[in-house]
Amino acid sequence: MSYKQYILVCGGTACDSIRGMELFNALKTAVKENGLINEVQVVRTGCLGFCEKGPIVKVLPQDTFYVEVKPEDAEEIIKEHIIKGREVSRLLYDKEQSKIHVAIEGIDFYQKQFRVVLRNCGAIDPNVIDEYIARDGYKALEKALFDMTPQDVIDEISKSGLRGRGGAGFPTGKKWSFAAAQPAGQKYMVCNADEGDPGAYMDRSTLEGDPHSVLEAMTIGGYAIGADKGFIYIRAEYPLAIKRLENALKQAREYGLLGNDILGSGFSFDIEIRLGAGAFVCGEETALLASIEGNRGMPRPRPPFPAVKGLWGRPTVINNVETLANIPVILLKGADWFNKIGTATSKGTKVFALTGKINNSGLIEVPMGTTLREIIFDIGGGIRGGKAFKAAQTGGPSGGIIPPQFLDTPIDYENLAKIGSIMGSGGLIVMDEDDCIPNIAKFYLDFTVDESCGKCAPCRIGGRKLLNYLDKICDGKGTHEDIENMREISEAMSRASLCGLGQTASNPVQSSLRYFMDEYKEHIDDKRCRAGKCKNLLRYTIDKTKCVGCTACARVCPANAIAGERKQPHAINNETCIKCGQCYEICKFHAITRE
Amino acid sequence: MAKLTLDDLRKLRDEKQKAIEKRDPSNKDAQIIVGMGTCGIAAGAKETFNAIIDELDAKNISHVLVRQTGCMGLCHSEPTVEVIVPDMPTVIYGNVNAEVGKQIVNDHIVSKRLIDNHICDKPAMDIVR
Ligand SMILES: Cc1cc2nc3c(=O)[nH]c(=O)nc-3n(C[C@H](O)[C@H](O)[C@H](O)COP(=O)(O)O)c2cc1C
Ligand code: FES
Repeated sequence: MSYKQYILVCGGTACDSIRGMELFNALKTAVKENGLINEVQVVRTGCLGFCEKGPIVKVLPQDTFYVEVKPEDAEEIIKEHIIKGREVSRLLYDKEQSKIHVAIEGIDFYQKQFRVVLRNCGAIDPNVIDEYIARDGYKALEKALFDMTPQDVIDEISKSGLRGRGGAGFPTGKKWSFAAAQPAGQKYMVCNADEGDPGAYMDRSTLEGDPHSVLEAMTIGGYAIGADKGFIYIRAEYPLAIKRLENALKQAREYGLLGNDILGSGFSFDIEIRLGAGAFVCGEETALLASIEGNRGMPRPRPPFPAVKGLWGRPTVINNVETLANIPVILLKGADWFNKIGTATSKGTKVFALTGKINNSGLIEVPMGTTLREIIFDIGGGIRGGKAFKAAQTGGPSGGIIPPQFLDTPIDYENLAKIGSIMGSGGLIVMDEDDCIPNIAKFYLDFTVDESCGKCAPCRIGGRKLLNYLDKICDGKGTHEDIENMREISEAMSRASLCGLGQTASNPVQSSLRYFMDEYKEHIDDKRCRAGKCKNLLRYTIDKTKCVGCTACARVCPANAIAGERKQPHAINNETCIKCGQCYEICKFHAITRE
Repeated sequence: MAKLTLDDLRKLRDEKQKAIEKRDPSNKDAQIIVGMGTCGIAAGAKETFNAIIDELDAKNISHVLVRQTGCMGLCHSEPTVEVIVPDMPTVIYGNVNAEVGKQIVNDHIVSKRLIDNHICDKPAMDIVR
């Protein structure tokens, strides 16, 4: 026996809190009363990620998407939809509302995401080349080698509007044409899989889930610019990705999709893997090239750009993993298909690694121009624990902290720059009311100071200075003069640093000073941290009227800073208190306050 | 395997596509696909994978192909498992530990019932097929 229809009811915490369980039971009852118990199964799901419009009900196999369904609607869904086959239109999600929906022609059902880069991730077995081939794998290479000239390939990529996903957003077609324009001879194609942003992992997931898409794209790039050799620079901390890449390389060589005279076309190309030690600065292209050459990974001034003088002084194109994964699709579906997705200046999709205080963390891919609100609330399921959204950070340590007033700004390269952040590689960290902004800025700066290569003074000294000021502020010892100094140093660093690391390192500081000045002021003037994150600004006290003298706090305190008789109100000695917060956590009577 | 010519590659792609449309040639009409990226494996996907295979063996079920794939993007619910059974909607399950893996075999495959509290939304339509 098998059911004919399935009714899925969201059982996420958000939907549950608005009578989701009652709805589930109402649907079950209605199914029973209408004698459909053998025809229809009612099941509860995990959070469907659209909590703003909950409770959500989905009917399969039709894929009907009902929103804001109440227990009273159960009967109608069964009588109308299940029995008569007519969708209950007043409960349907209004597709026109979603920008994501209208971004692409020809899709007529509601989809939150649009997967180009991740098209095969989670669909094929990455260890089996035949599965990639069956899903149109290496068809774009076929097309390039046999139906297109190298110039045709470059033209198509230029027309698509594809821009680099590694950070700077440089037009890929233009980069390729620079390298192609160099006199023939040894040239190189390099894939940047360093992925240094600590909050991003889309490159790793792409290589783990669909390694051949990157190999195919590099081969196409080699054909376009006239290179016969490629390198993939990947951090040694990605062992699974490396293993799958090695396996993919072996299979591609066996099939003759890499090596001499590929598919009998006369074009030869091969790829080698180079392992990096996981330094952030080695993701910067000139440092990366130095590292591949066996030198210390330090950037050098540009120009000359790598497309002119790259590996061993030869013309070299460096592209990010995600940039490359787009290439086969663009050639197969055409530039005109691709450049309809996205905004005026930013075409295609972007993969984000959604993390932080979000319900549904994960890898998501959306058309450029999707708003933060759609990403955080429609896809990410909103803020964990129903707390208030405070800020989002894009671009990792080089990015800015984005305040709530920009939740509805369409995300693309230009808009992010305008609001003081960058696209970066696609890390997207969500913060809530429990995060302290000066502390977050300190966290990122700590990272960049650690990772600075030390070659240029603005980055090496400026970063350290900024960090000292932030330390001071978080300790409650900051002054308004410090803020002025921070502004000045930040600007000097952006202008005078040698490479992108130093030029962008002050972005978290600059953007937070711009949007969260009140929090800095509180730390300086009131010696107060509203999020309770800056330890030295905290003070724990026991409310004598609430304390029952249970001794739980005194027993848990590792510093013996709490004294009091049994059944008598206790007191905290703030001289010895180390602000660990354990008493605050353990008190059942909410007698301990933290300010 | 010898190196492919252009014709070989096209033929291979055709064959493989047909095989996928008809599902598997070796009399397997259902599939259980386990997400095995770093995120999935860290969350215990290998144990899930093994539990599913063991349970299929224990119940003498031979029409199910168990495969692995990369990250489905639903990192909040790893390990994730997709189940494809004829005449049933294709479903992705999240938070599939070894226990739920067995449940997939017994409830979804054998009894053709979906499992409560573990279904995740399919993240996006497929642009390839
Ligand atoms: C400090 C720093 C770190 C970087 N890290 C990466 C990285 O991890 N991955 C990457 O693809 N690009 C990184 N980039 C950008 C590269 O320099 C380069 O622009 C990019 O790889 C070019 O590829 P695309 O045009 O495809 O984006 C980094 C840049 C800087 C300044
Ligand atoms: S809890 Fe229902 S969509 Fe998130």
